[in-house]
Parts: sequence; structure tokens; C-alpha cells
Amino acid sequence: MSEIATPYIASKTTLKRSAEDLRSQIPGWGADLDPADRPSYPRENPGIETGAHWDFPERQPEKWPRERSVEHAFLPPVFGTSTPPAGVSGAVRKHAYKYSEGRAAHWLLLIAADRIDAWEHHLRSFASLRPDNPVTETGVLSEFSRGGLRSRFGQKRADVNHQWIDPIIVGGPWALAAGALAAVAFRTLRKRRRA
Amino acid sequence: MRAMVYRGPYKVRVEEKDIPKIEHPNDAIVRVTTGAICGSDLHLYHGMMPDTRVGMTFGHEFVGVVEQVGPSVERLKPGDRVMVPFNVYCGSCYFCSRGLYSNCHNVNPNATAVGGIYGYSHTCGGYDGGQAEFARVPFADVGPGLIPDWMDEEDAVLLTDALPTGYFGAQLGDIVEGDTVVVFGAGPVGLFAAKSAWLMGAGRVIVIDHLEYRLEKARSFAHAETFNFTEYDDIVVHLKKETDYLGADVVIDAVGAEADGNFLQHVTSSKLKLQGGSPIALNWAIDSVRKGGTVSVVGAYGPMFSAVKFGDAMNKGLTLRMNQCPVKRQWPRLFEHIRNGYLKPSDIVTHRIPLEHIAEGYHIFSAKLDNIIKPLVVAGQP
Ligand SMILES: NC(=O)c1ccc[n+]([C@@H]2O[C@H](COP(=O)([O-])OP(=O)(O)OC[C@H]3O[C@@H](n4cnc5c(N)ncnc54)[C@H](O)[C@@H]3O)[C@@H](O)[C@H]2O)c1
Ligand SMILES: [Zn+2]
Ligand SMILES: [Zn+2]
Repeated sequence: MSEIATPYIASKTTLKRSAEDLRSQIPGWGADLDPADRPSYPRENPGIETGAHWDFPERQPEKWPRERSVEHAFLPPVFGTSTPPAGVSGAVRKHAYKYSEGRAAHWLLLIAADRIDAWEHHLRSFASLRPDNPVTETGVLSEFSRGGLRSRFGQKRADVNHQWIDPIIVGGPWALAAGALAAVAFRTLRKRRRA
Repeated sequence: MRAMVYRGPYKVRVEEKDIPKIEHPNDAIVRVTTGAICGSDLHLYHGMMPDTRVGMTFGHEFVGVVEQVGPSVERLKPGDRVMVPFNVYCGSCYFCSRGLYSNCHNVNPNATAVGGIYGYSHTCGGYDGGQAEFARVPFADVGPGLIPDWMDEEDAVLLTDALPTGYFGAQLGDIVEGDTVVVFGAGPVGLFAAKSAWLMGAGRVIVIDHLEYRLEKARSFAHAETFNFTEYDDIVVHLKKETDYLGADVVIDAVGAEADGNFLQHVTSSKLKLQGGSPIALNWAIDSVRKGGTVSVVGAYGPMFSAVKFGDAMNKGLTLRMNQCPVKRQWPRLFEHIRNGYLKPSDIVTHRIPLEHIAEGYHIFSAKLDNIIKPLVVAGQP
């Protein structure tokens, strides 16, 4: 490096390793030096062969009113059919799709609906044969079998400072719900005893 | 069939589900033999991606065997071994016909800004994914490809997303011979981006992360110089010093929405969902690239706004390039590189998790336990 750092003068400092060094030390070095060998160059390649044998695809049947972005001219011909909107979260989602993707309301409503959806399902699961189990579903037991402590401490990890929030996000609402339930039970018991 | 399903943030389980059906004449049903968990799946798992519904099956990296095909399918038949790009795309819309497969306009009713992705929320089209015994694969004549006889199944599954994405990220950098390339993130995508930068003639490749074991892999697998950002007061200043105060010619963001390194940015996005993503790595990229340089973004961000340092990008005259990867466009050239021995994608696989244990797989990958880099999901009994 020169006495005057690179950006203050015209010439660029020469690299430590020459092209010959690099070619001999690194497998494949320079194989794609020519942009023409790079598959996504240029970005657009009009008329690229894709395998499609239609101008516009046939339309997949719409088995329930499929929510769609108002920025679409019509319902696209093919779409996913996972988990149709249902319940309160479904109503919020349908409402969210009234706003374009350019509006914060669209995304904030969808995020809110996601939280409602999770609670609708947790509650419903308690009336089912397979209630949600926060221990098995979070996979948290792998902390013991896969070195939870060893992986985190004595390392220089930057994410340990917020990982303590995760159990609160996951467990907090469960603890609150359990607390509320206990409080209600306690009060009803007390009332009964007084009566 | 058995399938992973999402139960809410940080919670997934395996359930019995109906085998998917042909819903369109060009659909195929694929029996999944190997899948994977991607860094992108963590954004869903943490509840960051709007319209992620309870009951959805994730998984956009999978290979398998064709079980059934729709009446208009010409190129595949039952029994074929196929690899399926993470993009769902039609091959004929304005965007596909120009090679922008990840920006297809015919497959995602829920949003126009993003194409279709298997198992990636309704915002990406509402398709169930491949962390299951079977998956519906639309446009069977367009997306999936036959796995060549010489290719290992584990290499094939990495060709459905992680490798092409890293390779594409290096291309977006428009690297010229001798360029200094900095890659933020030493996950699967960053490792492949660093490796690919050499193919394009980089003179120096530097990888930044905070996980020592991943930086170790960046040195051994991608021949990169590495820095752990937690060891420096300010990684941007350190990178300036490393480049004689010029800045790097090209910087690649292979971190995305859940970047660490700034508590406030991370918590407001990853935990509180007030931002589309935590732009720490992106801002570091903008500040550590040289004026007139290029920032390539393959790290994924949510559709909401993020606190990006746009003024610096403007004042520095940067070129910002980014996209979801059009996977199949990368294949022919990547196949050559693999055959020539330049790349062995499965070198980064660290964990093979049975589908039945996928909840633990998500936790290990999310919390970065047990030196995990790339977890595959394997079919079969627990
Ligand atoms: N564009 C696409 O087509 C596409 C495809 C696949 C994945 N992705 C995205 O690429 C990103 C990486 O995917 P992955 O599978 O490698 O995930 P990953 O989670 O395994 O890797 C991310 C890495 O970034 C590191 N990191 C966190 N904060 C950092 C910071 N400030 N500076 C440097 N490193 C930091 C983490 O420690 C981790 O090693 C994700 O955002 C994913 O969604 C995009
Ligand atoms: Zn992915
Ligand atoms: Zn298309």
C-alpha cells in the first residue's frame, strides 16, 4: 500500500495475488470471467426457452373465492390452495386484501391476522385430540441434546443478547392465559364458598 | 401423508394430511425424497412474513420422484427423479418469457410484487411446500428438471435454492477481474456466493459473520478471508482499513431480514415486526462498498418498509442489484461447474433430520446450535 491511501490518488493498489496465483490456487477461478458465460447476464433474455407450450396457461378452478391483490387485473390462472381464510383471522385477511400492496394497512392487517390465527388454532386444539404442545412443537428439547449452552456461551455470538426474548414471545401468552384461567377459577371457587 | 405444519411463531409439528391432488392440467405430484430447511424458512418460522397461515406446510427446497402428472404434461412421467426449483412459475408471462422466473405474474394472486414460492406463505402464492411426503408441483413442463444420473441427491437438493442463489448473488455484483468482494453472512447462501465470486474473477473475497464455526467454513470451503464483526468496534471502519480506505468494489448481502449486530434494529424487526426486516447487513454493505460500487442483495426482506440508509447509497452513486433467484436459469452452467469439480454443494450439509423430528430441526437451525450450517430433511421412518 502506498503512503497516500488509494482513494486520494488515481491508481488502484495492486492485489496481493496475481491472476496466475489465483488460477492455480482456487478451483475454477475465472471460469465465468466473461459476462457472456454468466447465466443471468444480461438480466433479461427475451425469448428464452422455458418449456411452456401455451401463450396463456389454462385456468385452475377457483374452489372458493380466492383473495387477491387489487393490483392484479384478474385472478391469475394458477394459485396455491393451502389453508383458505376462516374465522376471525380470515375476516381480517379478506379485509386486508382491500388495500394495495403499497399500503401499510395491507401488511399490518395481515400480520395482525397471523397472530389471531395462531390463537384461534391454539384454542381450537384444546378441544381436539391433539392439543398444541409448546414443548414438542418448539423443538426446545434439542437444547439439551444439541449443546444449547456449548453452542452459545464462550462464543462471540451477537444473537445471544436477544435470544432471551424468544421464550417470552412463545411462552408469555401461554403463561398469561394460564394465569387468567387460574384467576377466574380462584374467584369462582371463592364466590361459591361464600354463597 | 405426513407433513410439517406451521402452528404459529416458533412452533411446527408433523401431521397427517391429504395427499395433494392435480389441480391444473400441467401439475405434477412429486413424492419427496430429500428436502431442506432454508434460512428463508426461519423468517416464516419467526412469524415475520405477513399472511403465514397456521396449517401451511413449508419447504421450497426438495427433490423427489414424479408420482402422477396432469393431462397436459409432456416432459415428465411417473417414476422420473426430479429436482424442483423453489420458484413456482409459468414460463409464458411477460417476466418468465424474459428469464425473470422469480418474478412470474401468473402464479401469485396474493401479491404482484413477488412471484410464487413453494411453502412460503400466502404472500408468495399460498402453495404448500415440500417438507412433506408429497407436494403439488405446478407447471411441470417448466420448473422441475430431471436429476442427471451422475448427480448426487444431496447436490441436487442444494441446486433447488441455496447454490443458485449464492451464484446469482455473485452475478448481481457484476464482478470484474481483480475486484475485492465482501460477503455479509456465512450461511449456505453466503458461502456459495463467496465461492462463486472467485469463478467470476474476484481478486479478494472477504466473508463477515459472527458465528466462528461458519467463518471457519468460509475459509476452508470458500477460500475466503474472514472477520467476525463482534471483534470490531465498527466493522465498516475495519473494512475501510482492509481496503486501503477505498471500500470494497462489490458487497453482497447474504443475511437478510434477521440480521444481528444492532439490538434495536433486530428487535424492532425480528421480534416486534415493526420493520419489513432488520437492514443491519444491508446498511453495512452500503457503507463499506466503495463509491460507484455495487451492492448485491440476495438476503430476503419482508414487504414492509425497513430503515435503510438510502442517502448514503444515493450520495455514493451505488448500483443496487437484487432479486429472488431465477433458479433454473442457473442450472446448465452450475452443472458444468460441478462436473468440472469446481464446486461440491453438499460439502456444506451438516445435519440430516428425519421429517418426524422437524420441530427440533427448526429449533437447532434457528438458534444455530450444534455448529449447524445446512439441514436437510430426509424421508422415512423416525
Ligand atoms: N434471493 C433469494 O432467492 C434467496 C434464496 C434463498 C435464501 N435467501 C435469503 O438469504 C438469506 C441467507 O440465507 P441462508 O440460508 O444462508 O440463512 P442463514 O440464516 O443460515 O444465514 C444467515 C447468516 O447471516 C449471519 N448474520 C446475521 N447478522 C449478520 C450481520 N449483521 N453481518 C453478517 N452476517 C450476519 C448469521 O449468523 C448467519 O450465519 C436469508 O435472508 C434468506 O431468506 C434469498
Ligand atoms: Zn430459500
Ligand atoms: Zn410467468
